Amino acid sequence: MDRRFKVAHREAWIGVGLAIINFVWWYGFAYGLGSRPVSEYQWVFGMPAWFFYSCVVGSIVMIVLVIIAVRYFFTEVPLEEDNEQ
Amino acid sequence: MNWDVMIPLIIFVVLVFAIGFWSSKKVYAKSNFMQEYFLGSRELGGLILAMTMIATYGSASSFVGGPGAAYTEGLGWVLLSMAQVATGYFILMILGKKFAIMARRYNAVTIVDYMKGRYDNSKPVVILSALSIIIFLFAAMTAQWVGGARLIEAITGLPYTSALFLFAVAVLCYVIIGGFRAIAITDAVQGFVMFFGTLILLVGTIIAGGGLPNIMNDLAQENELLLTPFGHDGSLAALYVSSFWILVGVGVVGLPQIAVRAMSYKDSRAMHRALIIGTIVVAFMMFGMHFAGVLARPILPGIEEADTVMPTLAMTVLPAWLAGIVLAAPMAAIMSTVDALLLMVSSSIVKDIYYNYVNPDATEKRIKQMSLGVTSVIGILVVLFALSPPDLLIWLNLFAFGGLESAFVWPLVLGLYWSRGNKYGALASIILGVGSYVAISIFMPEPFGMHSVVLPVALSLVGYVVASLCTPAPALQQVRS
Repeated sequence: MDRRFKVAHREAWIGVGLAIINFVWWYGFAYGLGSRPVSEYQWVFGMPAWFFYSCVVGSIVMIVLVIIAVRYFFTEVPLEEDNEQ
Repeated sequence: MNWDVMIPLIIFVVLVFAIGFWSSKKVYAKSNFMQEYFLGSRELGGLILAMTMIATYGSASSFVGGPGAAYTEGLGWVLLSMAQVATGYFILMILGKKFAIMARRYNAVTIVDYMKGRYDNSKPVVILSALSIIIFLFAAMTAQWVGGARLIEAITGLPYTSALFLFAVAVLCYVIIGGFRAIAITDAVQGFVMFFGTLILLVGTIIAGGGLPNIMNDLAQENELLLTPFGHDGSLAALYVSSFWILVGVGVVGLPQIAVRAMSYKDSRAMHRALIIGTIVVAFMMFGMHFAGVLARPILPGIEEADTVMPTLAMTVLPAWLAGIVLAAPMAAIMSTVDALLLMVSSSIVKDIYYNYVNPDATEKRIKQMSLGVTSVIGILVVLFALSPPDLLIWLNLFAFGGLESAFVWPLVLGLYWSRGNKYGALASIILGVGSYVAISIFMPEPFGMHSVVLPVALSLVGYVVASLCTPAPALQQVRS
């Protein structure tokens, strides 16, 4: 198989993995912390803890993971046909 | 009319217009008109690629409808909107380099071209795909167009017809003359406007409300359910909210106007940069806009019409000139969506239907005339329909995005990664996807407490796999070389 496709397939799987991490983080904090009564909520920077960890920290975590994935696990390959080895 | 608000808006429209005009010069310098007009000659760099994907995706619903819903539902709706963060990396990673390579190999200019190359030049696949794109996106475009004109009407006080006309002239000019490149570059400007508009509005709202703890306190006193993930009356169930990951998160891969951008970039490096920039911008924009909608509640209690929350908020908490800049953001969001849809519909007619089947021997000059002509006619038609949208169009618009996702997700993604998939699978997927989505939305909305799009996407997968396995494998050269 074209060497470039091996790279492409691996990167697509990384995308699937990131989406799963994203979903689990988002769901876990939102419904794990958010399901208790409001009177028992903890607060971070004026926001309910479930919201802060799920929506704010969750986004930051995903941004960092995407940067790490692209920097260390993505490979530059030529896209044009005539450069093919 | 409020001139302090109007001046930044006018500057914005003139700027977009000038940039669109300037970038159109390239169109006529390139040797291959069709590649340039419909795909920008595959020369997008990372920043423009990221911005054009986000701006095309971010529409009236992210900047007007979304904040309005968040105002009503509370933090639970912000949570729901965060499913969209996935679009920042998922689409480009999944379609990825393989899509870019295969699209070049098939010499594909449109999504339908890609399907044609992958599925054995199958006429039914090409015609069905092109028709779904033309019908659904035409309807979606009309709805966005109405939204754009309503927004101008609300901000400026102009009558609806004049607002529509103004909006139409601004968008049509640069799309018709400039094509994909003008759209992508103006999208980048519009993306920046959307990003900074969100930032200004969020900060302004927090200050006006007296800080986050204060606002949260007010919200808790009004109705503490606004602070939970479950909506203002506790009816947003976890399963329902999670099912939006299909509609507005990972399923966006199947939207042709987004997917076509994933074959427009210059090289691997552009794609890498776009992944990072895209994720940052989409996460911030979706969070900021929807969060501002919730925070608006104690500042502006009792707004009945959800769509007016965002414009009213901007004009209340910000000085007029800043409000003008912020209100350019939803305008930008709408413009950058309609321009992409317009070109997409036009490319389906000119490239996928006319050039493929009606007149394959068309000269370069003829194609050029057709492209400009069809884009203009579609643009004018949309404006006429937007004057008083027919019921059929409004009805079709409801099914547009879910229908296209159900139709295209699997033929696109499995077409790339499953060599056994064939044209019968693609046909089954499109027919089952669109058919079951429309049927479920009408007869059995939200089955099992999930959004109506979930089951059709699953059915479309089953259809693709079963139909492919029951019919002969595709010729190897279709898939590999």
